[in-house]
Amino acid sequence: MISKSRLYIPRPTARPGDEPDFSYLDLSPAGALDKPPIDARTRDIEYLSSGLVRVLDEDHTAKGPWNPGLDPEQLQVALRWMLLNRALDDRMWQIQRQGRISFYMQARGEEAVSIAQGMALRPGDMCFPSYRNQGLYLYRGVSLVDMMCQCLSNTRDMCKGRQLPIMYHSKEGNVFSISGNLATQFPQAVGWAMASAIKGEDHIAATWVGDGSTAEADFHHALTFAAVYQAPVILNVVNNQWAISTFQGTAGGQRRAFAARGLGLGIPGIRVDGNDLLAVYSATLWAADRARRGGGPTLIELVTYRGGAHSTSDDPTKYRPKDEWDAFPLGDPVERLKQHLIHEGHWTEEKHEEMWAELQAEVHAAWKEAQKFGTMTESPWLDPATMFDDVYDEMPAHLESQRRRMLEILSGE
Amino acid sequence: MAQMNMIEAIRSAHDVMMDKDPSVVVLGQDVGYFGGVFRCTDGLQRKYGEHRVIDAPITEGGIVAAAIGMGVNGLRPVAEIQFADYIYPGFDQIVSELARLRYRSCGEFFSPVTIRTPCGGGIRGGQTHSQSPEGIFTHVSGIKTVMPSNPYDAKGLLISAIESDDPVVFFEPKRIYNGPFDGDPEKPGVSWSSHPKGDVPEGYYTVPIGSAEVAMPGEELTVITYGTLVHVAIAAAKETGIDAEVIDVRTMAPLDVKTLADSVRKTGRCLIAHEATRFGGYGAELAATIQKECFYYLEGPIGRVAGWDTPYPHAFEWQYFPGLKRIASGMRRVLEAE
Repeated sequence: MISKSRLYIPRPTARPGDEPDFSYLDLSPAGALDKPPIDARTRDIEYLSSGLVRVLDEDHTAKGPWNPGLDPEQLQVALRWMLLNRALDDRMWQIQRQGRISFYMQARGEEAVSIAQGMALRPGDMCFPSYRNQGLYLYRGVSLVDMMCQCLSNTRDMCKGRQLPIMYHSKEGNVFSISGNLATQFPQAVGWAMASAIKGEDHIAATWVGDGSTAEADFHHALTFAAVYQAPVILNVVNNQWAISTFQGTAGGQRRAFAARGLGLGIPGIRVDGNDLLAVYSATLWAADRARRGGGPTLIELVTYRGGAHSTSDDPTKYRPKDEWDAFPLGDPVERLKQHLIHEGHWTEEKHEEMWAELQAEVHAAWKEAQKFGTMTESPWLDPATMFDDVYDEMPAHLESQRRRMLEILSGE
Repeated sequence: MAQMNMIEAIRSAHDVMMDKDPSVVVLGQDVGYFGGVFRCTDGLQRKYGEHRVIDAPITEGGIVAAAIGMGVNGLRPVAEIQFADYIYPGFDQIVSELARLRYRSCGEFFSPVTIRTPCGGGIRGGQTHSQSPEGIFTHVSGIKTVMPSNPYDAKGLLISAIESDDPVVFFEPKRIYNGPFDGDPEKPGVSWSSHPKGDVPEGYYTVPIGSAEVAMPGEELTVITYGTLVHVAIAAAKETGIDAEVIDVRTMAPLDVKTLADSVRKTGRCLIAHEATRFGGYGAELAATIQKECFYYLEGPIGRVAGWDTPYPHAFEWQYFPGLKRIASGMRRVLEAE
């Protein structure tokens, strides 16, 4: 018994120089958790928020009721998307290190989240992503060249030079604009989903935040609205263990799983192995079906690991063990799907190397193409007068006058 | 024409737009079954149903965010924040999201949200029911900021706001919901029925966003103001016998510079009045604009009357509020200045 009150200061299990220690992660064996019907009552399926839905086992087989039964071709396609995401990230990271773009964020180690969830959703479902969901844009049809031109702020930049690199948007692909302010998209997705139900449509919304930003008020606003109105929305928490240098315990992850955050409001939670493409796909499809048939929201926690630095401005060796990812018990999503396919006889190391080389070449070619639309140091340049566009639907007089003044100054008057 | 107070005019604007456009939805605390704490949405839920007039939980950030999402999905939401004093939990969603969505996505995404919120003092509301935060919003690119001073404008401006594809923060000066106020709390209240702007068409009409109005013509000096103080300024002019021209700004952003400048060029003297605190306030923007547009016409310094730079004090409301005496005194100072 503690005799007086004192603060508990959360600390990660390992800092630089320490042995990585993931003993804090509760793991269930693959195939261990039951798959309930989509109309199950939240109180009857609380086990899903404390256990871990897994399909891919240590021996690379797919096990249990959550196995979605995707055919080998679909899995090869999924693998290809994850590899494309990684090839893009690798290249853009190098390019930033060469000083040719100002900033970048990679999804290394988390590729299964965007690809599996993208696959499980329908094209008419609206995605409200976080900044590490570039895979969603790729999967929903945004070209490599367009992604790169956004990062270059060049003449083909979808954001016309107004946004930091990686803040993409795709109206056509139904992937919302990335804000840069954390968790703001979470309650917006709920509003979008409410509108879908108000209009009597069967599109649902899906949205993503990190473990760190579950501490934002917006996260709780979203859960409240989603629960109150039973909005058709999937609320995803990508628990990659780290929010820059802050480990997930500082956002409250040590007391109870993030998947359980909705239980108090009656929102079912599913804690999923986020590096298991089959499990992520299957859990997302379950939540999507439930939402589409009037069952309301589901909170999915995707347990994964941020394999790289937070961003190009970050140096994780300052705050976590260098080899921590190697020790992460859920491994690497790309490697796990690859080994599964090899185990099932539908893939080989040679094919994999071939595909990787092909995707690297594709990314290389896209980068050559993207630079034709301008770089940070070479023309063509964006017209700075466009910075005054789109503040309002129609430009008000004071902005017209400021634009005129800027152009006068630029032309040396 | 019908006689309406501001509450009825605002309710009528909702009704007209909800009838005309099925994508218009209303959400906010107490707006549905109860019809709003000020009754501005009374009867709408009965008429248009629970899916279009939605009682929201007490979460201003959630209300604004949900409205943004609804707007992105093709609806035209009108969100009520019960008091402007409570808008701050929704501030990030307004400033970082609603205001910038069109810009950051180059027009691919936008959300035509109208946020209505009662503002201002004079109702013994203390510091949590009396604030005038409009200047915080006029500082933000990408939103329009509106404050009507009478029933006719309230309805016409609200219809314009709902129809606008840009986000609008629509401030409703609650002291004049039921009748104009001359700034003297000792006098009995008057109703809108004796005011020409209490005549309001029952159907559809608009008052354009971005246009100010000469509320009372005059020659000696220009008073630039908005909201409740339009009526206080007119009363102050009558009491002092000063031949003031009172301009109702109506739309703080975008600002109708021409109407303001034309008046000051004519009178050569200018007083700016608002309830909001003075330092760094919206009046400073007005003063800078008038100084630039009318410098060679000005016969003396521009004056400002505003709320003192303190939180809104409950017990000292009538020492704090820029009422009839303070505006009259401000007018004299501007007239006497060399």
